[in-house]
Amino acid sequence: MDLRDTPEEAAFRAGLRAWLEEHLPEELQGHRGGAARFDGPAMREWSRALYHAGYIGLTWPKEYGGQGAPYAHQAIFLEELARAEAPPHVGVIGLGMAGPTIMAHGTEEQKARYLAPILSAEEIWCQGFSEPGAGSDLAGVRTSARLEDGHFVVDGQKVWSSFAHLADFCILLTRSDPESSRHAGLTYLIVDMHAPGVEVRPLTQITGEAEFNEIFFTGVRVPSENLLGDVGGGWQVAMTTLLHERGTLGFALQAALEVQVRKLVSLARDRGADPLQRDRIAHEWSELQALRFTNARALSQLVKTGLPGPEGSISKLVWSEANQRVTKLALELLGPDAALGEDNAPYGGYWQHQQLRSRGNTIEAGTSEILRNIVAERVLGLPKSR
Amino acid sequence: MDFTFTPEQDALREQAREFLAATPEPTWAQLAELGWTGVSIPEEDGGAGLTFVEEAVLYEELSRALYHGPFLSTFALALPALPDDLRAEVAAGEATWTLALGPLVTDLDTAQRVAIVGGDGIYELEGAEREVLTTTDATRPLGVVRGGDAGRRLADSTVLPEIEARARAALAIEACGVARRALELALEYAASREQFGRRIGVYQAVSHPLADAYTQLELARSLALWAGWCVATGDAQAAVAAAAAKAYAADAAVAVCETAIQTLGGIGFTWEHVLHRLYKRSLGIQSIVGSGTGLRAGVAASLLDGERGIEDEGPVPVSISQGG
Repeated sequence: MDLRDTPEEAAFRAGLRAWLEEHLPEELQGHRGGAARFDGPAMREWSRALYHAGYIGLTWPKEYGGQGAPYAHQAIFLEELARAEAPPHVGVIGLGMAGPTIMAHGTEEQKARYLAPILSAEEIWCQGFSEPGAGSDLAGVRTSARLEDGHFVVDGQKVWSSFAHLADFCILLTRSDPESSRHAGLTYLIVDMHAPGVEVRPLTQITGEAEFNEIFFTGVRVPSENLLGDVGGGWQVAMTTLLHERGTLGFALQAALEVQVRKLVSLARDRGADPLQRDRIAHEWSELQALRFTNARALSQLVKTGLPGPEGSISKLVWSEANQRVTKLALELLGPDAALGEDNAPYGGYWQHQQLRSRGNTIEAGTSEILRNIVAERVLGLPKSR
Repeated sequence: MDFTFTPEQDALREQAREFLAATPEPTWAQLAELGWTGVSIPEEDGGAGLTFVEEAVLYEELSRALYHGPFLSTFALALPALPDDLRAEVAAGEATWTLALGPLVTDLDTAQRVAIVGGDGIYELEGAEREVLTTTDATRPLGVVRGGDAGRRLADSTVLPEIEARARAALAIEACGVARRALELALEYAASREQFGRRIGVYQAVSHPLADAYTQLELARSLALWAGWCVATGDAQAAVAAAAAKAYAADAAVAVCETAIQTLGGIGFTWEHVLHRLYKRSLGIQSIVGSGTGLRAGVAASLLDGERGIEDEGPVPVSISQGG
């Protein structure tokens, strides 16, 4: 047990810190995140700069344009981005979900075609899993894919799809066998978002922004070489995606919470906090450290044994609830100013926006109810509830 | 960064668990025979020359087994104040100690010798009258001392912050040992007890609180091990890490035990089931060497009142003193 950086990790951290100091554009510092704000050329340029400096795809194999670096580098990268309040790479879904899924299930042609442009931010991806009738119960997917002279013809509707309004490609879960139900008969496709018959409608959310979208597919023709995995084997491929969604997310979430807690502390220093508020600030700081070292334990376990420790499965659950408490506590510290709208509020309305946005945290990427089921059943071995 | 135990540390845990399962009420001589009385004492003083991390493994296993004896008081409270010759006695299993951090003295029923804080020093207390008090947690009695004289001067009182950090880290990891066993009992019950024709762990009203208990325990353990590592390496963050860990882990252990009692229903509320003893141990841990609110006040001070805050590398290390 040694919780310090190894000399090699320390060197990587120092190099990255110096690079960020030199290259992070001022207007992107303190970026709020959220897909709506990933729009615009500045974010693409920033993503490309990160890529060319060798900081993107750190854990991806070299043959796919990655760095083949140890997992610890990815953790350090996210930590330092957070510390510098620098925005992440714009291709969140491509890097965290589509890319790893293609690496695991894709053909050599697919790997050669799709992976490199994800890293360089030339192509942006979105995810088409949830539907109006299939949320937490993903096996209820009804969007259909009919095989017709070398093409899948896709009809249906997807929802809650972040980045769809910017995306070039979609990882899409469809039902290819109309007679099938539940986990069987599903097929996983790569869909060109610019193809005829694809329509994206932004959904305005609680913050007034449109981060996610509905996607409508009407007779969209998808070439059969865009099949990922086997026809009818979509469920297994989708599980790879979700595993990566939650698996690689831990350190990014911890880094995001670190930014919030730093800002909370500096808010309390600016405006004062009473003893009860100070008690809660100390608690939130402690829980952030707890999350940080829980992720570190899971990562160390992964590096040593090749298998992630069970501790890792609680990251998202803990982060989402912590972020909700921290942002609410910040509003309390603001006093009556908390009631002001973005234009008039202190700090540009940062906390008002963050608090409202945080309500989505316990819903997106696996609701807290589903995550508790996963902990209960897969980690603790309790009998299955369904 | 490497946050795993070494194979030797894993072996120590395994040995401890097996031994304590077979010998729930070990004598001090047995602990000495196993080499546990000299774990973190340097080799030149007759110890094993290992670190606080190895000692932490033992705190966790001993508390899991609800061990009753002067282990915590000797190693977490008194050891940093003892000069080399007295450490050698401890390592050899010839002496046990406690240290009075406040009016209520930990392990006063079993510790042979007592150290007290007086002025700028820590002294051995000689010729005092002891009164052992009944405590909710019967496995860790407290007591009061009356009269007596300050004997040998053992150390400067400047060692007190180190003692507090050590004691808090030890109690934090103890809390995890207690909570783990309570959670295991609850899981076993939820996976076997049937009501309405199904095992009760199927019901989310039962399983979700258990998922939360597991979550709290893992978070607490991460903090406790971090604090333990800080103490072992003399890290600048040791004081604040130990304060945060003790406050968090004690609360978590109490909450986990409460969830376990609720899960077991009437059985968990009975005197003959072990759960109430685990629960009382967790309550005892919560009470001594700094309350949750007191410790968090110290953490808050380090974040909010120092010259610089976590904008840099972390909070300013401060002495967080709550006594008792």
